[in-house]
Amino acid sequence: MKLSGAQILINSLLDEGVDTIFGYPGGAVLPIYDALYDSKLNHILARHEQGAIHAADGYVRATGKPGVCFATSGPGATNLVTGLANAHMDSVPLVAFTGQVISTLLGRDSFQEADITGITLPVTKHNYLLTDPADMAKTVREAFHIATTGRPGPVLVDIPKDVSAGETTYQKPGVPQLRGYRPTVRGNASMVNRAATAIMQSERPVIYAGGGVINANAAPELKQLAELTVAPVTTTLMGLGGFPEDHPLSLGMLGMHGCRTANYAVCECDLLIAVGARFDDRVTGKIESFAPDAKIIHIDVDPAEIGKNVRVNVPVVGDVKVVLGQLLERLQAKLPGAWHDRIKQWQQEHPLTFEAGNATIKPQQVIQEISNLTGGQARIATEVGQHQMWAAQYYTYTKPRSFISSGGLGTMGYGMPAAIGAQVGCPDEVVFNIAGDGSIQMNIQELATAVDYQLPVNIAIMNNGYLGMVRQWQELFYNRRYAHTPITAPDFVKLAEAYAAEGYRIEKTADIKPVLEQAIASSKPVMMDFIVEREENVVPMVPPGEALNKMLG
Amino acid sequence: MLHILAVLVENNPGVLARVAGLFSRRGFNIDSLAVGKTDDPSVSRMTIVVEGDQRVLEQVTKQLHKLIDVIKISDITEEAHVERELVLIKVHAEKSSRVEVMQIAEIFRAKIIDYGAKSLIIEATGTEDKLAALIDALRPYVISELVRTGKVATVRGTKKITIKNQGGS
Repeated sequence: MKLSGAQILINSLLDEGVDTIFGYPGGAVLPIYDALYDSKLNHILARHEQGAIHAADGYVRATGKPGVCFATSGPGATNLVTGLANAHMDSVPLVAFTGQVISTLLGRDSFQEADITGITLPVTKHNYLLTDPADMAKTVREAFHIATTGRPGPVLVDIPKDVSAGETTYQKPGVPQLRGYRPTVRGNASMVNRAATAIMQSERPVIYAGGGVINANAAPELKQLAELTVAPVTTTLMGLGGFPEDHPLSLGMLGMHGCRTANYAVCECDLLIAVGARFDDRVTGKIESFAPDAKIIHIDVDPAEIGKNVRVNVPVVGDVKVVLGQLLERLQAKLPGAWHDRIKQWQQEHPLTFEAGNATIKPQQVIQEISNLTGGQARIATEVGQHQMWAAQYYTYTKPRSFISSGGLGTMGYGMPAAIGAQVGCPDEVVFNIAGDGSIQMNIQELATAVDYQLPVNIAIMNNGYLGMVRQWQELFYNRRYAHTPITAPDFVKLAEAYAAEGYRIEKTADIKPVLEQAIASSKPVMMDFIVEREENVVPMVPPGEALNKMLG
Repeated sequence: MLHILAVLVENNPGVLARVAGLFSRRGFNIDSLAVGKTDDPSVSRMTIVVEGDQRVLEQVTKQLHKLIDVIKISDITEEAHVERELVLIKVHAEKSSRVEVMQIAEIFRAKIIDYGAKSLIIEATGTEDKLAALIDALRPYVISELVRTGKVATVRGTKKITIKNQGGS
């Protein structure tokens, strides 16, 4: 039977187990939307292509399933670029399908033509420009295979209109044959042995766990490793939720705005076990002073991460879940010692704390209250800035996929659509977007999407009238010259109402809890405008380029 | 130091852009790059000469391997290998200097492939050293154009670089 390229695409998506697509139609992608019209696939219409792709990204991070988005050619496709870069930096498996002008018009600066495969080359794991409908099924299979295996990442498939409209015989593709792509899954046995020996011999170990633990669904193995060897665990921003923060071995987050205890422990450990983490500059601070006395074991699925930023003593390339399993077979139980006493002492001396406000609301209070009310069980999406760091610090994450945030790229405007995607993926759970008054304005149009699909997303804006994180840097490093960081915002209550959502302004500490309770109970999207202390800083803080243990605040 | 990488890639459109883009965005320096189809038309072979220490080379290799279209990478710098480059040199040569230019070409076993009224085109292949010496020798006669292919290289003996014995990426 002959099918159009678009029909084959829809069939192939169903074969991949896709049930939800985030997208926005347009001219060149019309044949695909036409085929979608007859299918049982659930399509979420965003209000901007960037919203669609971030929603797909939030959906992936909340559910672990690959995300899919559709956009048209030209501006539709270029609006995906930030979303692709965001997913690329945080290793998020998603597949973007873009319409493209008819093949014969390619390269002629045609209406709504953009060389999207050229543009997205550095921000995708791989991309395709289809030229023949006969390649559709095979390409979709490959795209999902590449996006979801090895180190996950975004793949883009660009489909000229004549390819989606053109007819061909549909044949179900077999297993992808990619001779240049064979990710390593099992760790090299001798390296695993060396890692096990190093762990057994260490006296002051620290596990440094990143987003790879969550991507690989390896949180149970990580917990086993920590408990068996009584190794304290610190997570990166991306690793939050990969290890329960209410666990006695949890040190909390490390890095620029990490817990003092975590940073001190890394500075004094004799063995650093890096699991699915990539030694980002926001984590290491001054690289020469990072874990100076430690042997480093680095477990990662991407061989290119090993030795990229730091010297590594024991490299183990493989799927984090599989490698941790191999490692667990070779380890024996260890007992706590002086190291644990030292850590306990740091924890007592340097708890993460802030001065609670009486008259004015402190943003940390709001986040702590959200944490208490949801028992650490909600999905927390964030935008980027001070509120993001407070959300990382003051919410107690206890399970994987509960913190949904733009780590690598630091994309303002990510949180609103990501929360929508998370809510679509987890319809029965409580979802928050913790936002700032700057960030929320970057993709605020997606409030319409939330209302349309009756997604009861809770938006908590920490409104300080500033681009707060930039202002904080201006205060600390630019002599308080607040160049273009004071920022105005609309009346968020009226705005929410205009979109047919609920809106509240909260100015008194006593109102934090009742309004949050009301929001959580509501079946509508709720926008909460918390008027907070204007010049509150995120502390502690490692100044850029400083050693991890040289913290301010 | 300079490293010679023999890189087998899928003969797909855009593969050169992927490789070249990777070098520029990661800040690696390409000294030369030559590419062409192999005996298997689905596979192209690139010879990339890259400058850097061992650490840089390791990153180059690992990052290249991340490209889906890259099938195999071999660093042949330390192996017994032959390397060649082809150069075409247009030399401005009036009657008076013509004989001398032709003699120089002969010494370097280069060929005269175009004989114009006021210029000669010399074709030469060889190692970098030999070509440098030839170019130096011709410089006094005014080189009006110079075009070179970049290095190609292969290991000596029966050892092969094929997709059959790849290590995976």
